Amino acid sequence: LNCWSESFGICFYALQNYIIGAFKPACNISITFSDGKTRKQVPLKKENGQTAMVPLFQSQENIAGKISIEPVQGKKVEHNGIKVELLGQIEMYFDRGNFYDFTSLVRELDVPGEIYERKTYPFEFSTVEMPYETYNGVNVRLRYVLKVTISRGYAGSIVEYQDFMVRNYTPPPSINTSIKMEVGIEDCLHIEFEYNKSKYHLKDVIIGKIYFLLVRIKIKNMDLEIRRRESTGSGANTHVETETLAKFELMDGAPVRGESIPIRLFLSPYELTPTHRNINNKFSVKYYLNLVLVDEEDRRYFKQQEVTIYRLADTS
Amino acid sequence: MISDGIEDEEKWLAEGIAGIQHNAFYMHRALDSNNLREALKYSAQLLSELRTSRLSPHKYYDLCKNSVPYLLCTVGSVYIKSKEAPAKDVLKDLVEMCRGVQHPLRGLFLRSYLAQVSRDKLPDIGSEYEGDGDTVNDAVEFVLQNFAEMNKLWVRMQNQGPIMVKDKLEKERNELRDLVGKNLHVLSQIEGVDLEMYKDTVLPRVLEQVVNCKDELAQYYLMDCIIQVFPDEYHLQTLEILLGACPQLQPTVDVKTVLSQLMERLSNYAASSPEVLPEFLQVEAFTKLSNAIGKVIAAQVDMPMVGAITLYVSLLTFTLRVHPDRLDYVDQVLGACVKKLSGKAKLEDSKATKQVVALLSAPLEKYSDIVTALTLSNYPRVMDHLDNGTNKVMAMVIIQSIMKNNTRVSTAEKVEVLFELIKGLIKDLDGTPTDELDEEDFKEEQNSVARLIHMLYNDDPEEMLKIICTVRMHIMTGGSTRLPFTIPPLVFSALKLVRRLQGQDGDVAGEEDPATPKKIFQLLNQTIESLSSVPSPELALRLYLQCAEVKLCGNSCQKAANDCDIEPVAYEFFTQAFVLYEEEVADSKAQVTAIHLIIGTLQKMNVFGVENRDTLTHKATGYSAKLLKKPDQCRAVYACSHLFWVDDQDGIKDGERVLLCLKRSLRIANAAQQMANVTRGSSGPVTLFVEILNKYLYFFEKGNPQITSAAIQGLVELIRTEMQNDSSTTDPASDAFFASTLRYIEFQKQKGGAMGEKYDPIKV
Repeated sequence: LNCWSESFGICFYALQNYIIGAFKPACNISITFSDGKTRKQVPLKKENGQTAMVPLFQSQENIAGKISIEPVQGKKVEHNGIKVELLGQIEMYFDRGNFYDFTSLVRELDVPGEIYERKTYPFEFSTVEMPYETYNGVNVRLRYVLKVTISRGYAGSIVEYQDFMVRNYTPPPSINTSIKMEVGIEDCLHIEFEYNKSKYHLKDVIIGKIYFLLVRIKIKNMDLEIRRRESTGSGANTHVETETLAKFELMDGAPVRGESIPIRLFLSPYELTPTHRNINNKFSVKYYLNLVLVDEEDRRYFKQQEVTIYRLADTS
Repeated sequence: MISDGIEDEEKWLAEGIAGIQHNAFYMHRALDSNNLREALKYSAQLLSELRTSRLSPHKYYDLCKNSVPYLLCTVGSVYIKSKEAPAKDVLKDLVEMCRGVQHPLRGLFLRSYLAQVSRDKLPDIGSEYEGDGDTVNDAVEFVLQNFAEMNKLWVRMQNQGPIMVKDKLEKERNELRDLVGKNLHVLSQIEGVDLEMYKDTVLPRVLEQVVNCKDELAQYYLMDCIIQVFPDEYHLQTLEILLGACPQLQPTVDVKTVLSQLMERLSNYAASSPEVLPEFLQVEAFTKLSNAIGKVIAAQVDMPMVGAITLYVSLLTFTLRVHPDRLDYVDQVLGACVKKLSGKAKLEDSKATKQVVALLSAPLEKYSDIVTALTLSNYPRVMDHLDNGTNKVMAMVIIQSIMKNNTRVSTAEKVEVLFELIKGLIKDLDGTPTDELDEEDFKEEQNSVARLIHMLYNDDPEEMLKIICTVRMHIMTGGSTRLPFTIPPLVFSALKLVRRLQGQDGDVAGEEDPATPKKIFQLLNQTIESLSSVPSPELALRLYLQCAEVKLCGNSCQKAANDCDIEPVAYEFFTQAFVLYEEEVADSKAQVTAIHLIIGTLQKMNVFGVENRDTLTHKATGYSAKLLKKPDQCRAVYACSHLFWVDDQDGIKDGERVLLCLKRSLRIANAAQQMANVTRGSSGPVTLFVEILNKYLYFFEKGNPQITSAAIQGLVELIRTEMQNDSSTTDPASDAFFASTLRYIEFQKQKGGAMGEKYDPIKV
């Protein structure tokens, strides 16, 4: 059961219990997908921190199913019409509760009337354009949802939601050059590093090496960090949040000139998303590899390089 | 702060171990419940305990010991899991990824652990991991790479930390060396590393690493390690490569020990079975070693002389053990040593000197035949570089070797070489501080030389004469202190030859330039003459007499043809003896001895004609009567009596002159008694009279008609009177002497027969 009220945000469950307890709903609404039993289910982290399993779609798929409405025993539901909407929404957390719909499709299910007993309506959105992926960030989230509305006059409408997830797959890029760079501090530290690609898929392995051309400082260790940079808003309201998702030690101890340290970093254990660039002018998510050297006095020397993350279709 | 160090370390260690055990417990529990994620989390925490930098290698090793089983759990299980993937890829990856640990200590232990766990998983020949493109090459590659990386880490340790603790670091490094060496051991254990692979891959790669690390400690240890872990056969076949690395090592590396060990191993190998010897020849082991040593010495300019010589000693030992038949090799080694020594002053360094002695002694011990050493042209040249003292010691060693092995040196040529070798004993070398010589040492040395002279022998008289001439030439340079020691053995050696020639019944007479006794005597004459100038007249005199006596012994066998030569020569010897007596022997005691010798010798001579004999006898009696002390005179004179009575068939028997001598001695004895009375108030003992009485008895028994029983009777009475004289001193010895003489007379009387009759008239 995914009955929840959009306006109560994080306190949803408490309120739902309250509502259920105080005003018994006039009817039960259930939304099922026609291929619900075979479609892949993925966990979706909800606002309260719990995860729920939701069906997974990709752009241009047909989204079809049934909606059944069953009045509570011995009651009738009077309404001004029933509709189902498919919404793609972006919510900024500084503006919580205010959804920006970038996609909105509607199907009318019934004309105004009364329902005395269980009634089932099939629905279908065919070849739905869903260009953006579901995303749960620090300051922003992007979600897809089916919204069923039973419009009523004085009593207020009855609304039911069903979340689903969208992931879009990208073919391997035709051009994927390596990242190679020489950096250093004059007469102190010169290194050359190389990452084998500039674009990695989510289950990729970063392979590379760091070559020490000149070492005049006592290095204690060297880490490779994966950092996510989420920027929201635009212009003066731009808000940037950077998280370090992974900190991987490449080297322990002080290298000498001529030493070459290998990099082998598996991305699969980390919860990455594809890179999102300027999603509907609302937000961007970018990934960076940050090479950090720490010397014996705990001074940090680092170099950050953007990498593109993409989702490769599961071949399995 | 520092004093707390150990305590702190103990504490850290305890904490570390506790942490590891804690995490290990949870890791095992997670593994048991198939919770891989949790297991990995705990293993990661466990491993993080190993990140400490605070512990010394020992403590760190303790910590590792506690956690290694768990490391094994993780890495090992991952490994086995990936057995589906080719082993070589996994190995390659592992060895590569270990680069991430650049901290020397942690890296070393990690890699050593890697070497350990991968050891039974290498795709060696016959291993379950072989095949599918996994070959022994991959195994070798893996170990080599791990070795190279470990060596780098190990070398780098030295540069960690402040200078103050440098010594401590060195010590720690030394403790860790076996971690690095273990890789070489693993390599040697890989079945698939055959000679070809060792030669083409393993050795060059290992050596490259050794040479390039430019670290003294590592280079020495690793070279030694290579030599110890790989089979001798491989070393033999790859000598050139292995040796090629030696000159490239740091100048401070103790290459000589490394090479010595290599040569020792190779010689043991050669000794292990005679079948391998052809291999040594085939690969020209000697030449290669010899060249390598030359190069090392050339490369290490600062190498002290002792180092270079030690190397040559090792090479020589190798040569003697592996190629005992190749004297040219031995000579070559010595030659190289000479080259190294040349241009330098005499060796001052006592260690180097010791090594040279070792170098020179080795062939002597090996061949136990000095003659072999004598053929080594460089042998004396090496000796020339020794200081005088050591030179002598070496010469003594040579002589002792000859004595011990009873070696005959049988040609003049060899004698020449030998004397060249021991010239330190034969003559004063330049700059010898003579006052430093210990007299006893000197005597011992010279006695050794004397003994040596007796060892020079050849059955062929010609060659023997040459030997004698050679020896003579050398010892004549010895100077006054040595001649008294060295001439006698030479003289006796020559005399021995003379006897031998005489025994040959003149076979040599027909030869062109034969070794005739005459020639030898001429030689002897000159030789002994030099003694008198030394001056050692008594000795010279004895030798002259000795020569004269030999003359006599030979005479009876000598052919008539030679006879005419003998008398003058013998006469000459006597003349020389007398001249010496007159001119050189001044001491009265020496005179007494000399005159008795002359008398004794002359008595036995029968080569002289009447005239010469008379002259000599006259001289002898004359000198006898002119001795200083009366008792001496007396004794010499009665001794002279024998000159006129030779108890031979053809001997002279001049009874009258015998009696004259005896009478004269009696007179002298009498005079001596009176002199004693005058000077001391008491007459001397009757000893002289008793002695004369005995002479009387002798000639009486021999049948000298001039000696009558009455004369004896008279003499006995005389002695009795003397003894009863109040003023005479009683002397138990002379009393006893007289008593036993009387008893003898009594005995002869009672014996009966002709002698008894003869004695009968004498009443005692």
